[in-house]
Parts: sequence; C-alpha cells; structure tokens
Amino acid sequence: MSAPQTAGLRGAIGFSRGRLGVLIALVVLAVIAVAAVLAPLIAPQDPFDLASFDILDAELPPVWQEGGEARFPLGTDAQGRDLLSAMLYGARISLLIGLLAVLIQAAIGISLGLLAGYFGGRIDGIVTRLADIQLALSTLMMAIVAMALVRAGLGGEALSLFAIPLLVIVIGLAEWPIFARTARAAVLVEVTKDYVRAARALGDSDGTIMRRHILPNVLSPLIIVATTQVAGAIMAEAALSFLGLGMPVTKPSLGTLIRSGYDLMFAGSWWVTVLPGLVLIAVLISINVLGDGLRDWLDPRRGAR
Amino acid sequence: MHAALSALGFLARRLVQALLVMLAILVIAFAVRTSLGDPIREFTGQAVSESERADLRKELGLDRPWPVQFADYLGGAARGDLGTSFIYKKPTVDVVLAKFPASFELVLGASLIVLLFCVPAGVYCAVRPDRFGARLILGLSVLGISVPVFLTGIILITVFSVWLGWLPAFGRGETVALGPWTTGLLTRDGLAHLLLPALTLSSIMLPLFVRLVRSAMLGELDHDYVRTAWAKGASPIRVWIVHALRNALLPLVAVGGLQAGTLVAYTLLTETVFQWPGMGFLFLEAVTRSDIPLITTYLVLVGLLFVVVNTLVDLASLALDPRVSLEGAR
Repeated sequence: MSAPQTAGLRGAIGFSRGRLGVLIALVVLAVIAVAAVLAPLIAPQDPFDLASFDILDAELPPVWQEGGEARFPLGTDAQGRDLLSAMLYGARISLLIGLLAVLIQAAIGISLGLLAGYFGGRIDGIVTRLADIQLALSTLMMAIVAMALVRAGLGGEALSLFAIPLLVIVIGLAEWPIFARTARAAVLVEVTKDYVRAARALGDSDGTIMRRHILPNVLSPLIIVATTQVAGAIMAEAALSFLGLGMPVTKPSLGTLIRSGYDLMFAGSWWVTVLPGLVLIAVLISINVLGDGLRDWLDPRRGAR
Repeated sequence: MHAALSALGFLARRLVQALLVMLAILVIAFAVRTSLGDPIREFTGQAVSESERADLRKELGLDRPWPVQFADYLGGAARGDLGTSFIYKKPTVDVVLAKFPASFELVLGASLIVLLFCVPAGVYCAVRPDRFGARLILGLSVLGISVPVFLTGIILITVFSVWLGWLPAFGRGETVALGPWTTGLLTRDGLAHLLLPALTLSSIMLPLFVRLVRSAMLGELDHDYVRTAWAKGASPIRVWIVHALRNALLPLVAVGGLQAGTLVAYTLLTETVFQWPGMGFLFLEAVTRSDIPLITTYLVLVGLLFVVVNTLVDLASLALDPRVSLEGAR
C-alpha cells in the first residue's frame, strides 16, 4: 500500500489507542491461521476428495437455519461439499499463496533495492525506472493479464494443475517495486553512515557490506511493508480466483468459494458466498491493522505524527 | 520565449515516449498472437485436413518470415484492423469498441461520486483532524481499502437487490442508441442499473482520493503563504479553499493519472460482479473461450487508452503548474 493509504490507517487506529485494535487483530489472525494450518486434522471432511461428499446434500443451509443439519455446521455448497471444511482448506490455500508470493516479492524487491541504493548511478536509474513503469501499469492488472494469457494459452485444465505455483509466481513478480523502493530509500540513508565506511576501510566486500551490515539495519521498514503486502497478495489471489483465473473449483481458495457461491445467492443460498467473504474480510482488515501496529512499534517517530 | 520552447520540447518528448510505449504493446500483442493463437482456427473448424491447412496458411501469408508478418500487423493496426474475433466472426476492434460506452459510463458514474465526495471529505479531515467525523471518515476508508471490490459489490447486491428489492443487480437496463454510442444515462431504468456498479467501483477509489486530498492539504497548510494569509486576517474558508486547496489539487491530477491502470483492473472486477456488458466482461469471455485475437485487441486498446490518459495528465500538469515543465525538461 502506498503512503497516503497507510497514513489514513494510522488515523483510524488512533481511534482505539491502548493497542486494543492490534490485540483483536492478532487474536483473529492467530485463530484463522491456526485453523488453516490444522485444517487436515480438524476439518470434518476432505473437500478436495470428490468421493467424500454427496450431491444429495447440496445447498444445505447452516445449522442455525431451518433445514440445516448438524453434520454440516456451516451448510454445504452446490456439490454437497461441507462449507466449514472447504473454508478451512480454502483459507489454508489463500494464506499459503499470500505468504509465498510475498517471499518472492521481497527477494526480488529487496535485492534490487539494495543494489540500487548501494551502487547508485546507472543501476539505480534502471531499477527506479522499472519500478515506476510497473507501478504505473498497475500490479493487479499485470497479474490479471498474465493469468489470462496462461489460461487462454494452456486452457482451463492445465491451469488448474499448476494454479498454486502459477499464482505465487505471478503475484510475486507483479508486486516487487514497493519492496525495492522502500529498501532503496532506507539504504540511501545507511550508506552515508560511519559503520559502512568502517566496514569498507576494513576491506569487506560490497556483497558482505550489503548483506551483513546494511540489510539488518533496514529491516524495520521492510517488515512493515511485508505485512501490508501479505494483505495485498491475499486480495490479489482472491480477485484472480473470483475472475476464474485462479484456483479451480475442485481445489477452492476463499476467492473461488465466493465465486462459486455467487451464482447460488439469488436462489437464496447466501452462505456459500457470504461466509468465506467474511473470513476474507476479517483476514485483510486484521493484517492491515496489525501492519499499522507494527509501524507504531518499530518506527515510533513516524507513528507520533 | 525560452519557457515556451521548453514546453514544446516537453510535448514532443512526451509524444515520442507515448508512441514508443504503443509500439512495445503492439510487439507484445503480436508475440502473444503468433505464439498462442492459430489464425487458421479462426476460419476453419477442427475437421480440415493438414494439406488444406497448409494451403490456407500460404494463402494468408503465415509462412512468411515474422518481420514481414509484424510489418503487416503494424500496417493493419495503423488502419484500425487488429484481426477477426473467433467467437463473433467480426473485426475485433469493432467488437471491443461496441462495449466501450458501457465501461465508460460505469467509470464516469464512479468518477462523479469520487469527485463529489473526495474534496470535501479530504479537506474536512485535514483542517479538523480531531473531530469525530474526520476519524469516522478515515475509519471507513480503511474498510473501503480492506474489502475487495467484488465483495463490496456482492454486499451491495445482497442488501439493495435481494433483501430490499430497490435496485436491479445485473446488466445495463434500458439503453438508447445515439448513433454508434449506446447510453444508459437517458433512461430511469438505465440510471437505476448504473447506481450499484458505480457505487461499488467508487468504494475502492474514494478512500484513496480522500487520503490523497487530506495529505496534500496537510502539506499545504504547513507552508508560509498560508501563515501569511492567516496573518492578513483572511477568513478560514478563504485560506482553505482559495489558497491551500488550489495548490493541493495539483499533485492530485498527477497521482490520479497514475491510478488509471488500477482503475481498469477494478472496472474488470466490477463488471464481472454485475454482469455489466463492458470491455472487461468481454475480455473475460474471450479468455474463457481462448479468443486470442479478441484478447490481444483488448490489451492493445486498453494500452492505447492508458497511454492517452497518461499523456493528457502530464500535459494537464504542465498547463496547471509551469514548474513541472522545468523539472520534466531537465
């Protein structure tokens, strides 16, 4: 997210000083993350195994609504899949893709940002220009176009086989500029400091200085960026899956569940769309609030403004 | 005299840049077309024998070296011909442009909502940061940013179409043809259909722009000229609106232009939720049915739109603020 976005976020957190908001966000995230990790152990059903559910159970409402059954606490989808199980596994896929994609973004962005900030000159010019172009083209649009071309070229079936690695790579490649910019700006401040000069005088190589001396000192802003980027990556995955360019119906992520339930909503089966949607919103808001808490904690100077 | 010359140079450089970007987009589109699309399939079915295909290939000039084919493609693009759609059996440019009015009116509706609310809300949040209202607006903007645009659409449809039954959920409704342009803005039904999609699209852009106006205003209020205006005894309205806001709006034009690409992506998502018959909806149909010529034409035309908007934004910044030309012409 860009600077003005996070500035507003900080104002909103000021709403609940005393860190109550951050605490709630942490609890919500922890519950969802633990449930997602333990999905194979706690889910009543394997939602990826077509043999384990029955079309006769299709579109049963949640247990608190009339017609709901205790076997399916949150109801079932159009194929008779237990929605609770599908959401646990779906959240697992969404979080996995989000985290892995941000790892790629960080690896590319931080490396390029370090090089640009440390060496300056022509390398700096090229990296900055590339980042500007990619940001101007919109990272979400680039991911959509990339997945659309893969889908049109390989067909829907091939896409569904490699959906997870493809999404990780595409979202990972699309969003590196924000890491690069943050790293570059922080490095530009660090290279002028005495410890870098001292390391140089001691004869350390450029690579060692960047890795061992500068990188640990610029980690704080990068951790803050990484947090909000995870929210962005999860949102991008959900958007791609909602467009039919992401996870297939046989292996639904939260975005796929929202899409597959959307057709049923007008027939009255609201839960297939609304419940995964609520989980997605809870994850995104919690991560954004947490990212802001981190900013206040790691970077108190900016937090005070 | 000197300033006018540097402005002209800036204009020329900007146009050359725009042409280069368009050329790059056409190269990519051509590469996608030749590697993914089989133009023979556009004319024949699967049941045509291999030798007939080879003949057709020769007849269409597809056996020629690719620089010649690319020159052909560029020539076609210059004449407004980017191929024939596999689904519609019509020139792709016509198919995509027929959907342009729908997308344009959706973006127009959303932009009107954004323009109407972002300036008052942003200025208010900047000049009265401690009021409850300002904090409420900023809190809501976090919500607007955090909720994916397709979920906003689904929530609005659930409330206003499914529960309350006030507004339609799908399509453009009744439209009127004004020559080649079909508009939904002239009928009650068309406007009712536009309301929810436009609100959805603005829900993601509005928070961004409120924050932009707010931070730009906060920056301006710190300047000496504002202090001078206060010292001269100017009324608060005069200081905020006449002095600070005017300067705060300058960067807004530039940053607003940078959001053009993001806007295309969000429009695509909104059109999918509301089955709005625009360009994005068409693009996804082309993707599901592997209509490569249609896909590449969409990309070229959206790229063209993007380049035009960005060039116009740069020129507008130049016209609004003469300092830009000096910095840009450096």
